[in-house]
Amino acid sequence: MTLRHLLIATAAVASLAGAAQAENVLKWGANRDIGSLDPYSFGDSFTINVLNHVYEGLVRYNKDLEIEPALAESWQVLDDQITWRFKLRQGVTFHNGNPFTADDVVASLTRVSDDTSPLKGNLPAYVTSKAVDDYTVDITLNGTYPLLLNDLTNIHIFDKEWMTEHDALMPTDVGAGTEGYATYHANGTGPFIVESRQPDAKTVFVANKDWWDEPQHNLDRIEFTPVSSAATRVAALLSGEISFTEDAPVQDLPRLAAAPNIEVLEGVDLRTVMVGFPFRDTLTTGEPNPFTDKNVREALYKAIDLDLIHQKVMRGKSRIAGATVAPPIPGYVEALDELPDYDPDAAKTLLADAGVPEGLEFEFNCLSDGLVNEEQFCQAIASMWSRIGLSPKLDVAPRAVQSPKRTNGKTDLYTLGWATLPLLDSYSPLLQIFHTKDGNAGVFNWGGWSFPELDALIDAAGSELDLDARLALQTKALQMVKDEIIMIPLHQQPMAWAITDDVAEMPLFPDAKPRLWFARMDGES
Amino acid sequence: MIAFLLKRIANAAFVMLAVALLAFVIFRFFGDPVEMMVNEQATLADRVELRERLGLNDSFITQYTRFVTDTVQGDFGISYRNQQDVMVLIKERFPATFELVLVATVISLVVGIPAGVITAVYRESRLANILQLGSIIGVSLPSFVVGILLILAFSVSLGWLPAFGRGETVDIGWWSTGLLTPSGRAALMLPAISLSTFQVTLVMRLVRAEMLETLRADYIKFARARGVPAARVHWRHALRNCLMPVITLTGMQIGNLIAFALVTETVFQWPGMGMLFIQAVTFVDIPVMAAYLMIVSLIFVVLNTLVDITYAWVDPRLRDDTASAGGSNG
Repeated sequence: MTLRHLLIATAAVASLAGAAQAENVLKWGANRDIGSLDPYSFGDSFTINVLNHVYEGLVRYNKDLEIEPALAESWQVLDDQITWRFKLRQGVTFHNGNPFTADDVVASLTRVSDDTSPLKGNLPAYVTSKAVDDYTVDITLNGTYPLLLNDLTNIHIFDKEWMTEHDALMPTDVGAGTEGYATYHANGTGPFIVESRQPDAKTVFVANKDWWDEPQHNLDRIEFTPVSSAATRVAALLSGEISFTEDAPVQDLPRLAAAPNIEVLEGVDLRTVMVGFPFRDTLTTGEPNPFTDKNVREALYKAIDLDLIHQKVMRGKSRIAGATVAPPIPGYVEALDELPDYDPDAAKTLLADAGVPEGLEFEFNCLSDGLVNEEQFCQAIASMWSRIGLSPKLDVAPRAVQSPKRTNGKTDLYTLGWATLPLLDSYSPLLQIFHTKDGNAGVFNWGGWSFPELDALIDAAGSELDLDARLALQTKALQMVKDEIIMIPLHQQPMAWAITDDVAEMPLFPDAKPRLWFARMDGES
Repeated sequence: MIAFLLKRIANAAFVMLAVALLAFVIFRFFGDPVEMMVNEQATLADRVELRERLGLNDSFITQYTRFVTDTVQGDFGISYRNQQDVMVLIKERFPATFELVLVATVISLVVGIPAGVITAVYRESRLANILQLGSIIGVSLPSFVVGILLILAFSVSLGWLPAFGRGETVDIGWWSTGLLTPSGRAALMLPAISLSTFQVTLVMRLVRAEMLETLRADYIKFARARGVPAARVHWRHALRNCLMPVITLTGMQIGNLIAFALVTETVFQWPGMGMLFIQAVTFVDIPVMAAYLMIVSLIFVVLNTLVDITYAWVDPRLRDDTASAGGSNG
């Protein structure tokens, strides 16, 4: 035993050799690497989330996920109703020492809304911006639009001089095959500075001593290492090689919780898991589509034993949902969460009355690499539907294979998880999923439905600047979605992080985004 | 000989074209990279436009021709996900995979050859039986299971070796090596052992079979009759004559190991080419997948061609046979 302890001690000393002894080093073992150091190069929320430690937006979410000032100190909507004036924070510097000014904001907004940027959809209403003076920026939109602040939480601000110097004013363009300086280097205003990066191996962040805000964290370094194999990640936690992971595998939670040096942080994600219906004239089999009949949709809803899925498939860790958005999302009210009775007999009667033939065949499209335990709950649901006399054909494959089928309407029923990110508002699913497919709207309306009355409500909400009035409209729209059973909500899925005992504080956020500027470790600093 | 050489090289080129075609056909059914590249809020028009810019709407022939033309010039484009030149990405990852394969090969020889000799010479001994049994386990356990078991034993229980990563590396020109630092060497141990388990068994069994044959040869009997010590007979006279096929096999297997390293790299988060490929598959990063497949097949084809040429050079009979057979087939 003594030999073993000696060896562990030696290994620990060796691993610290690169850093000074008394530092607080948080070793983050993530389930995958970030794509690059450029948050605008690939539409990947995880990369944006990690890089939020380095880059900041004009506004940000606080610990309670409410929007608060960050690089902007205050804002107002001007009289024309479509121009927003932001007063910027003074005395902020980028990591390279350059001062933060209005020009940086304009250059960053221009960059992210460029035609070649895969993230321009994150600023749907943006038209143009201009610097009024060094610390005032006007952003002009294409109409009255209430959710600009929500959008801006995710738009990272770059340094214009730095971009100009390194020819990085435009995002990289895969089509043209150009690389960019910002892919390899980072220069933000955030609480952490990128010290080094080896792709797939390690990215090191050090605390920014000159950060404009009072730090709540006491970290000196973050060593971000992707460990994509779940078993290895668990082993690395147990052996103390990593001190935090944002993806503790569900099947290993009991084992992790039993380990003396590990704490598991469990919560319920904002992501609502739903099943969508096709509204086209025919099914993939060529038969007429019975799902346009609301009674048929209701039959399928009533046939699902939500409680059984919660108990058996999700091991009691999910939250059964009746609404299409989670409770913390603005627009949610409790009435939306009402659940139908599980009643397969009534379901059978509904099907018979609607004239649905016995043994109706349809495809049920699920992902093998999507939601938590997706394959299992899809199987459970398919067998519940078989019990009321239908013949669902389960089609399970990776996201990369299923996405084209879903977007092109080459399947019938399908699963969809929606966390309302990055808006954190019920306007997000209403516009993206439930609105008729039309330009900006209904991109995820894979079933092809159209409810003009619903669209009118959503459009009205989309230009209503008064918060209460807007949320009332959205609640009404959500109620209509529920009454029409456009999609069947199943549950909000569980999420689990794990920390070792040298981490003192790690707030768990329901949007599953680690914010290590709130993390604290045991050591002094 | 020159005709033979040209034939072999033409064959190799044909194989590469076929691989390119195959790779290309697979990607067409692999999924849609655009759906992975844009975020939730991108509009349909954005998606269509991006697909157009990436050239995904062009006809199959156009895309294939463009791919082959670019590939021949060594231009694989830039990664969709990492936004980096694909050749640079692969060049960064290659040293990690190569060192892993190299060390695994060394382990397989250092362990496999003595084990083969022992099982051949002391056939009935307990040690030989244990080694034989061990070799059966070695071929039958999948390498990811071996990897996880090693991690459980040496990282979690004993805490001796790191469970993942490559440790500190030192750059020598563009080559980054982990062999020169203590943490780099420690990190290399488990993945290399895990990758070598299959290979150890292969070498051991091959040496054993060759030894059994050689030990019956007349010159061994004469050596024994002359009173040469047994150890000298076995380890020197007999073993030397068994090594030729072992060397050939090892050379040929390097290609296999590079391909198999993919599993080991995933388990140990080893930042090599296999890891790069797995991620590329997840994100439908077509340029990276294509480059990986082309480079790994190139390694296979080059190794095979070299072995064929060497054989033909050593043994003229092969040269004539292959040349005439190839000629008659057109």
